[in-house]
Amino acid sequence: MNNRLYGNLIFELSKEGRKGYSLPKNHFGSYEIPAEMKRAEEAQLPECDELTVVRHYTNLSNNNFGVDTGFYPLGSCTMKYNPKINEEMAALPQFQNLHPEQPGETVRGAQALVTLLEKSLCALTGLAHFTFKPYAGAHGELTGLMTIDNYHRSRGDMARKKVIVPDSAHGTNPASAAVCGLEIVEVKSLANGQVDFEDLQRLVAEQGTEIAAMMMTNPNTLGLFETRIPEIAQLIHACGGLMYYDGANLNPMLGACRPGDMGFDVMHINLHKTFSTPHGGGGPGAGPVGVREGLQDCFPFVSPYQGNYGVMMRAYAYILSLGREHVKEVGPLATLNANYIKESLKDVYELPIDTICCHEFVFDGLKDKSTGVTTMDVAKRLLDYGYHAPTIYFPLLFHESLMIEPTENESKETLDSFIAVMRQIAEEAKTDPELVKGAPHNTPIGRVDDVLAAKHPVTTYRQLLAENVQ
Amino acid sequence: MDYKYFPHTSDDLQAMMEKVGVKDLDGLYAQIPDAIRFKGDYQLPSEMSELEVRQLFDKLGSQNQQLTCFAGYGVYDHYMPSVIPSLLQRSEFLTSYTPYQAEISQGTLHYIFEYQSMMAELTGMDISNASMYDGTTATAEAMMMAVAAGKKQNKVLVSAGLNPKTREVLDTYALHQGIELETIPLKDGVTDLSILKSQLAKGGVAGAIVQQPNVYGIVEDFTGFAEACHEQKALFVVNSVIADLAVLKTPGEWGADIAVGDGQSLGIPMQFGGPYVGYMCCTEKLIRKMPGRIVGMTKDNRDQRAFVLTLQAREQHIRRQKATSNICSNQSLMALFVTMYLSLMGKQGVKEAAELSYAGAHYLCDELVKTGKFHLAFDKPFFNEFYVKYDGNVDTLSKHLLEAGILGGVKLGDGILFAVTEKRTKEEIDNLVNIAAL
Repeated sequence: MNNRLYGNLIFELSKEGRKGYSLPKNHFGSYEIPAEMKRAEEAQLPECDELTVVRHYTNLSNNNFGVDTGFYPLGSCTMKYNPKINEEMAALPQFQNLHPEQPGETVRGAQALVTLLEKSLCALTGLAHFTFKPYAGAHGELTGLMTIDNYHRSRGDMARKKVIVPDSAHGTNPASAAVCGLEIVEVKSLANGQVDFEDLQRLVAEQGTEIAAMMMTNPNTLGLFETRIPEIAQLIHACGGLMYYDGANLNPMLGACRPGDMGFDVMHINLHKTFSTPHGGGGPGAGPVGVREGLQDCFPFVSPYQGNYGVMMRAYAYILSLGREHVKEVGPLATLNANYIKESLKDVYELPIDTICCHEFVFDGLKDKSTGVTTMDVAKRLLDYGYHAPTIYFPLLFHESLMIEPTENESKETLDSFIAVMRQIAEEAKTDPELVKGAPHNTPIGRVDDVLAAKHPVTTYRQLLAENVQ
Repeated sequence: MDYKYFPHTSDDLQAMMEKVGVKDLDGLYAQIPDAIRFKGDYQLPSEMSELEVRQLFDKLGSQNQQLTCFAGYGVYDHYMPSVIPSLLQRSEFLTSYTPYQAEISQGTLHYIFEYQSMMAELTGMDISNASMYDGTTATAEAMMMAVAAGKKQNKVLVSAGLNPKTREVLDTYALHQGIELETIPLKDGVTDLSILKSQLAKGGVAGAIVQQPNVYGIVEDFTGFAEACHEQKALFVVNSVIADLAVLKTPGEWGADIAVGDGQSLGIPMQFGGPYVGYMCCTEKLIRKMPGRIVGMTKDNRDQRAFVLTLQAREQHIRRQKATSNICSNQSLMALFVTMYLSLMGKQGVKEAAELSYAGAHYLCDELVKTGKFHLAFDKPFFNEFYVKYDGNVDTLSKHLLEAGILGGVKLGDGILFAVTEKRTKEEIDNLVNIAAL
């Protein structure tokens, strides 16, 4: 699948004098760019014909695994199907060619879509207003925390600089709080994976007047619903703090429970998770932030226009396609799929918390660890069988975390074949551990040397050439 | 389930619920307190068939006016080669996520390495990260990076030549970070070096941020800026319109420590504001201070060249609140966009597009000045965007142009900022001038 020639770096396919573009001739007369403005050395960009470029990137795509390729149970990332109609809508020239500074009367349709999407998200979350400025989930977290910080500042309540975060939280939570100039206070989790309410009460009693907010995902990163959420919200509100909902795990709540009803005041939504917009190899996503009535005046200016508008168009197309009839089936089906896998594998993989989960759950590695096969090995062996690996070594609560999220789009057949392969790997771990430890074997490349990459960073083609000279 | 995205038949549901040990789907949520369970219907439209979705979007689209674009202000109507949309939709690129599993993500890792190489070439800097959200947030990240690198220095100087929208984003981040921002004023439309020097001399400055071309389209001369900053241990940050760097003196040549900006000018559709892509490049010395993903070269256990996410110890999923930034992923697909754009346009194409834009803008400027109603606000060199004062009423002029299907620049203060790209024809420009001359 990987052609040796076209699989090279585009720079290595370059030959002086080739071109892959065509531009109109200059009809404006001679306007020379003054020499003193110009760069001394030209940028060493490749020179390739069009077909070479097409073959090169087509070859690269063959070395990638996407949701369209196969099952992608990457926990916490909600790798659901990205419908094609969404792409078609986002590519409409009537929207693509709009300059963001166009006067309002020339972009009525584009603005109407923003309003319609906002209304839909309000209905789905139980909140009152959304800002679409944030470009991604982490950007949404930051925007939400800035909103909260602005709220306290607006009331002259300047001492509220602490954010309570469960120890199981996504790494972005503490990082976003730090960028917002806030301090993290960690609340412990109980053995059952839920927030330790007593520990929280202690924190609130000690530091209540300094608490800006509590930041949570619900279900949490273990895929477990925080059943004491009404009391938690009450406790935080009583001490003057606000409740922030990290929308990373919103998917299983569609049709089940709205963050607004749980008692949250501010939240972000990852449109690229719950609302089916493609992850694009890492982005663009979108992280609109919703708030309760009254907080919308506290939204910060975190980007110039309407955020990643093209992503919003896709999300709205998805919401329309589902409609009120099917959007409420998303959560239950995602939840059923996750529980089905969990129940089918818990005899061979270690399930630290054996209870009903939401959209995802976490194994703590193989049940039988005697041969030394790790979660990393299991993940790599899965690649051999044509599956993307689950999220590994997160959450940090367990040593060998293996976090599985199937989404609602996967059929029983897909799940059954995944379960069979997971069992097969567990078997291999006993009978032929070296096979698993040496995986993957069937992928375009084998296991990579992370240490070499970090010890001696080569991150550009120019550095690569210098390397070769040495 | 009777729906195209859900494969579950009623037999499947039965078998699966049995395995899980629930009687119905509601049983999956028994742990949720009843008082907060959502039981009604969402206030949403009824499901729509594909045809109905299309009809609705077409209807909304018809309420947007398609205009011939002479607006810039950070967003430019450049040419997009037809190869790009077709390749960008390859679903192996589109539907994958961050390349955590290097063995099945070499496509993504490989193009990010190419992207980093190209950004470093265009900016004249040593290294690049894997991309950021957009130019404004990348500039905010540069501001925070300067402060983090500067230890106790907490002040950042920002040229008044920065796009006000970028400045507003900086103000937001600075407020919450407790960073003090101070404006470096302009003199005759360009950043005043002597004032910068006196601001630096007061001490406590972590960095200075300038823009090239600046918000008025003026190509500034930054001779002496980097030296002035470095004398006071401040970092010099240059925000540039990346397409113009095909021709213009680079941030690297100006002695910048960090180069940031938006990649939108490399053919990305304007799309009402996004998605675009932010770039960030820096000197090798600062690599461990840089936010965002970085891809590096390495080898696999079969001794083949391979690419991998590297230097992850800087990032939020490892460092949590001590990370260099909260940024999680990159704007990967848009990075692929500009990588393909630069592969197609190549060394010559980017220059040709920049030269055409330059020529078109200067032609428009000359023709407008000839009407006797327009005057360049500053006697300074510009690239493909320029700022003019108009003798008549700016709003009335905009209205007349709109009626003719022309987006006649962006109103800024009491003047107009016009931008021209290689997409604008001589006929389109003449048409604008004819209306403006009336």
